[in-house]
Amino acid sequence: MIRAFSSADLFFIISAVRWTLILSVIAFLGGAVGGMVVALARTAQGGMRRRVAAAFIQVFQGTPLLMQLFLVYFGLAVIGLPIDPLLAATVALTLHASAYLGEIWRGAIEAVPSGQTEAATALSLSYIDRMRYVVLPQAMRLATAPTVGFLVQLIKGTSLASIIGFTELTRAGQIINNATFKPFLVFGTVAALYFILCWPLSLLARRIEARMRLAVTR
Amino acid sequence: MTEAAIIMRSVNKYYGAYHALVDINLTVARGERIVICGPSGSGKSTLIRTINQLEPIESGTIVVDGVELTAGGENVARVRQDVGMVFQSFNLFPHMTVLENCVLAPMKTRKIPRAEAEATARKYLERVRIPEQADKYPAQLSGGQQQRVAIARALCMKPRIMLFDEPTSALDPEMVKEVLDTMIDLAREGMTMLCVTHEMDFARAVADRVIFMDKGVIVEENAPEEFFNNPKNERLQNFLGQIA
Repeated sequence: MIRAFSSADLFFIISAVRWTLILSVIAFLGGAVGGMVVALARTAQGGMRRRVAAAFIQVFQGTPLLMQLFLVYFGLAVIGLPIDPLLAATVALTLHASAYLGEIWRGAIEAVPSGQTEAATALSLSYIDRMRYVVLPQAMRLATAPTVGFLVQLIKGTSLASIIGFTELTRAGQIINNATFKPFLVFGTVAALYFILCWPLSLLARRIEARMRLAVTR
Repeated sequence: MTEAAIIMRSVNKYYGAYHALVDINLTVARGERIVICGPSGSGKSTLIRTINQLEPIESGTIVVDGVELTAGGENVARVRQDVGMVFQSFNLFPHMTVLENCVLAPMKTRKIPRAEAEATARKYLERVRIPEQADKYPAQLSGGQQQRVAIARALCMKPRIMLFDEPTSALDPEMVKEVLDTMIDLAREGMTMLCVTHEMDFARAVADRVIFMDKGVIVEENAPEEFFNNPKNERLQNFLGQIA
């Protein structure tokens, strides 16, 4: 039974954008917390913490996001938790984002000249104060553009949640296409909606980068 | 309270296999001004950086103001509050104004209220003769001004000892004097000072003792008059011949 593509279908697809956004926002916020922990562990003095964080990054950067989704989705079932696609997707995407943001922020922290830490240490500031007032504000300036860039990747990455049956934008497209069989129209619309989400962020990242370059040459 | 500001006993420091400080013994009296010189790589910067534990040591003891440093973490924090440090590359915090640079540590580590910390900061900025720059960012200042801010920032912690690690080496020649003048003022007020510097006129003017280091060893130490006019060690004679 193939029916025509109607405005109701279009509305269905557009309203699925909110799930893509919710997934992206939760994964980004969770990834920000996790990424900060990873970045701090990665730049810490203790060898053990550094190694654990490095291993975490290696594992999550070295395996496909889709496998991570499968592992969390089916893994939850194995340990007796109900298979909830939203929960599985947010957990997997949060871990994924933690690894990538952790690595981006580690680089930014290490790019702050060591003299800054030395001066703060000589002034007897504690580790937390050194990070909070001296190192991180400078690192965040360096990290903003790549962080926004990663957010674009993350939004597009949420499309993989469709495979475990979570009805976000891509899955909504599949559902409508199955009923109407208008793949160009349906997936063209889906792609356009992703573009509308991501393009302004890409522009923002480029803007920030340009401003950074000015700040550096000042 | 002991009489000495700093006591270093049999201090050894290695970078891997490289022996950076060899059995250093040094006692600095309160109010004493010491200048340390020597060729690059001689360990002079490393020496003063061990005093506030920017460089940990492998063996020996360091006692600062009666507090033994090697005993553990808490002592290190206490010692750092009393020991100010000025670096070759200034190391001002570029994202903060001059005033914010000066009040950060007093507010966070000494828990001094902002108003009081700012009043203290303005006083010291006055003393290093740049009170009008308080609300500027470091990048807006000249090198000499930045280094004077760095000195004021260290003084805001009301340290009893000041360490200077080649404070004029990164400066254009015309700015060296303004920084040295600030240091001379400080010396005249009775601050205990250890300065790594090649400014021999400064050494002559204010030092109580001049120390020459080579290959991690204190080779010679003497009052400036004797040190410059009658150097005994051959390496020191060569060194003085080169920089004169």
